[in-house]
Amino acid sequence: MSTPRLRLPQSAREGEVIEIRTLLTHPMFTAVSAEGPRDMLARFEARMNGAPIFGFDFGNGSAANPTFTFFATIAAPGEFDFIWTHEDGRSFTATRSVAVT
Amino acid sequence: MNMQRRTFLTGAALVLLPVPLRAEELSPAVNAALARILNGRSPEERGIRIDAPEMAENGAQVAVTIHVDSPMSAEDHVTAIHLIATMNPAPELGSFRLTPHLPRAEVFTRIRIAQDQEFLVLAEHSDGRVFQAGARVAVALGGCVT
Repeated sequence: MSTPRLRLPQSAREGEVIEIRTLLTHPMFTAVSAEGPRDMLARFEARMNGAPIFGFDFGNGSAANPTFTFFATIAAPGEFDFIWTHEDGRSFTATRSVAVT
Repeated sequence: MNMQRRTFLTGAALVLLPVPLRAEELSPAVNAALARILNGRSPEERGIRIDAPEMAENGAQVAVTIHVDSPMSAEDHVTAIHLIATMNPAPELGSFRLTPHLPRAEVFTRIRIAQDQEFLVLAEHSDGRVFQAGARVAVALGGCVT
């Protein structure tokens, strides 16, 4: 798994709604209609200060380089963890902080 | 699907129409997925907006935004949004998991669409209700090369 691309602000006002965009370069190879070993992510999860806030359970029709956009309310300084878990159990985590101004 | 409805859909191609479901038109895999999600509940045909191209250039990367009407409060929020491509070899595209930490039930991702077909969205709410909507998506190049 490669380095994820994350787009979210480094700071926000208290109570502000921020947009979060994520993308992980990954083939999401299903091996359904082509030869080769299956290479698929199982799950994506976003956590805010440790609490799961958003997730996606991948099916075979998820596009390569899975990307998501969702929104979060910044009530306090936030530590965001983004976790991609492969079907083989490996996982990759990226972390970003959002300060309150 | 009768010819009159087909003609109507073609004529209205610029608008994403909610498409009523008929179980007999759906594959066993789609009906099994719907049965598992609904678990005996009846879906309500309302409360979901789907932004998707009526004609996608590349079926391997079809951008979709789903918006579900919900206050996203602790007492009343969307818990899951399921995406189903009725004519894909594996129709279950995936499921969003939502929590009341989100200010609104609006999500974006990209999906694979193998051929022209109806795309279904089911939204489960914390009180047990299920909203459902459909959209017709056509593809210039099918998205099942892998």
